[in-house]
Amino acid sequence: MNDIMAQLKENVIQGRITQDDEGIDDTLTGPGVVELTRMALDSKIPVKQIIADGLTAGMEIVGQKFNAKEYYVPDMLASAEAVSEAMDILKPHLEGSGVASRGKFAIVTVKGDIHDIGKNIVAILLKGAGYEVDDLGIDVPTEKIVEYVREQKPDFLGLSALLTTTMLVMGEIIEALSAVGLRGSVKVLIGGAAVSEEFAREIGADTYCADGFEAVRVLDSYRAE
Amino acid sequence: MPREGILVETPYERLTAPQVEMIHQASLEILRDPGLICFNGRAADIFAAAGADVSSIEKSDPPHWIVRIPERLVNEAIDNAPKTITLGARNPENALVMNGDEPRVYFVTGSETNIWLDTDFKAYTKKSDQSVEIQFPEFIPRRGTVADLCMSAHISEHLDTLDGFIRNVNIQDKDITEENKDVNKFFASLNNTTKHVQAGLTALSQLDNVIRMAQIIAGGEDALKENPIISLICCLVKSPLQFVDDTTDAFIEICSRGIPVVVSSAPQAGSTAPIKEAGILTQINAEVLAGMTLGQIVNPGTPILYGTVPSKTRMDTLTDSYGAVETSQYTVDCTQMARFYGIPNYSTSGVSDAKAPGQQSSIERLFSNIAVSMSGPQFLHCAYGLLDCNSVFSPLQAVLDDAHFTMIKYFLKSPRIDDAEINEILSQIRTVFSTPQKLYIGYVRKVMRSGLLSPLYPFEGDREHDAVFHLAYERMKDILAKPVEHIDREKTSQIYNEIPGLLPRLNNYDEGR
Ligand code: B12
Repeated sequence: MNDIMAQLKENVIQGRITQDDEGIDDTLTGPGVVELTRMALDSKIPVKQIIADGLTAGMEIVGQKFNAKEYYVPDMLASAEAVSEAMDILKPHLEGSGVASRGKFAIVTVKGDIHDIGKNIVAILLKGAGYEVDDLGIDVPTEKIVEYVREQKPDFLGLSALLTTTMLVMGEIIEALSAVGLRGSVKVLIGGAAVSEEFAREIGADTYCADGFEAVRVLDSYRAE
Repeated sequence: MPREGILVETPYERLTAPQVEMIHQASLEILRDPGLICFNGRAADIFAAAGADVSSIEKSDPPHWIVRIPERLVNEAIDNAPKTITLGARNPENALVMNGDEPRVYFVTGSETNIWLDTDFKAYTKKSDQSVEIQFPEFIPRRGTVADLCMSAHISEHLDTLDGFIRNVNIQDKDITEENKDVNKFFASLNNTTKHVQAGLTALSQLDNVIRMAQIIAGGEDALKENPIISLICCLVKSPLQFVDDTTDAFIEICSRGIPVVVSSAPQAGSTAPIKEAGILTQINAEVLAGMTLGQIVNPGTPILYGTVPSKTRMDTLTDSYGAVETSQYTVDCTQMARFYGIPNYSTSGVSDAKAPGQQSSIERLFSNIAVSMSGPQFLHCAYGLLDCNSVFSPLQAVLDDAHFTMIKYFLKSPRIDDAEINEILSQIRTVFSTPQKLYIGYVRKVMRSGLLSPLYPFEGDREHDAVFHLAYERMKDILAKPVEHIDREKTSQIYNEIPGLLPRLNNYDEGR
């Protein structure tokens, strides 16, 4: 049992999603995070423990390695993806497990804009940090976003724009949400090369994030509040 | 007489002929399988009608298709694509004539920078010697405006090494909207430089207004065809292998009007393209060929440049890194691929990751500018004045770059070795050999005045501290004091009468009205 958890943690650190993944250490073979998570469930290890001792413990080491510049963003993303796959497997077992949901985060590139590399990275990192993430895609019309917020009630809405023309759409989305009384129901985060802290204030967004790591920090701080 | 640019007679190439052929074949294979994802319905129809294998994805949102392009269509497109493309200019002597198989390099500005970097000088006194005072620059960032774009075009007009102007400032004035952005950026550029002007299109609805403006300036519809003073650039393929909806629409319209256009693809190795050289090359080549093929089906013979802006992804942020040496390698390879097809190439070099002018910016830009120029791309966006990847424009840096390009252009000149030269040299050596001083100085004077020798670095200081910034700043002020040849009164008034959305403050004749 301890063996499964140790392996799970090690495979998170290596960012090995499945048994077929190479990871970075050639000597590490055998089951990956997906298989180990299933094995842990089969062995009746409590979900709370799988998350704490396997996934979170592994991610903590990944964070340390990243800060020490031993790991780079691709390593971080591989581990985050592994954790989010594991969370998908654990999802049906979360109820009654004593694990509180971290909240639902919707992310979208606004109307008129097709840039999505940054948006996709933020989505992977947040999912890896345990948030439920809905990616609404690129070039998404404002009405569709408002509709989504009304129906799906996300806790957080992340808007991405890289053009100075499309960043203005972010303000329109916030106005549209206010107009139908939904603004208070969701925290709005904005990001992308064109926008800034100052712009976030101007349009009444809750916060601006320079990158995905900041987004994780900000969401975690909201939870702590 | 068009501009001369610089002819690189023996271009630097990284790939062997068999390697070029392998990349070509691999790209064709990619175009067949998996093909491209196409988010534009018209393009899907055009490809299907031409004989490509197009399948629609049931109930996809947004709607998209898979387009598999057979080799035959690509070959036809390469055959139909003009091998010589002329980009005209308000002053016809500034025209650029590009032959796909001739490595003649033209240097142009580029990017759409959000931030304009002002320079201010502060005086500092040396602690150990109060009599020594130095001028040190402070850099002040702010959002770019249409007045800045005018200033940038003005500076570009007077930079000798610069052959053309891609609008390099994103105009973010409060009264600039998505609708009026295109006409204003083109007018601001055209009105302040007599060199060729290129930009991307913000709103398709403005295409005909922009073309009409160019026709008025060039002297009519036929005159614009003869002397296309403007061209456009489209990133219609988003890496990996996706035709985006709106830019593809714009591209189809531009091609059908026969306006010169760059099909450019900008994959990042490590995120939107494979990290290995063979991988990003195969993909970018397939992406550009796909765009070319669409354009040539729409309007056979329409002038399209093979545009390649590959970069390496930074591993610490996953953003694009132009300072990385691999970025230069990929670019040099792309230039060679374009030459293989005989189609003029648009490439990028000199973009630095540094945030302000200084050591890093000089090292990174010189490195890639030298390497890429040597490979002989015809239309080189060589990052005049750009910093922080391509998000900042510093006019001071542009003036510094002009000095770099003077050096590079001298370096790229072909050697003069022929019988006459050898004979002259033999006689010179024999003569000097027999003199008591044994010096060649007497022979220098004529050569010195012939333009054959490179000038001294213009911003050299005379003390132990560096005076480069200060001297370059003085030169920038001199340039801005020089007059600009604006579009004449009659044409300006015709433009203002016919083209909607132009800001009154850009009119030099009826200012403020
Ligand atoms: C790659 C790229 C493209 C690719 C996009 C590929 C893709 N899959 O996204 C292609 C080639 C398709 C493209 C197209 C165009 N582009 Co472009 N592009 C870029 C480039 C070089 C890099 C962007 C990028 O992916 N960076 C890497 C990622 C990791 O960084 P990021 O996006 O900033 O994201 C990070 C943070 O910002 C933050 N973040 C981002 N979003 C969010 C959201 C939330 C909620 C949070 C919390 C955080 C967050 O976290 C991310 C991860 O760390 C930028 C230059 C630049 N410096 O940004 C130009 C740039 C944005 N493009 C530009 C332009 C002009 C265009 C085109 C109009 C070109 C044309 N003429 O066709 C088209 C636009 C079409 C459209 N309608 O959108 C200009 C914009 C200038 C302006 N007007 O504002 C730029 C600035 C380049 C330039 N200086 O000229 N582009």
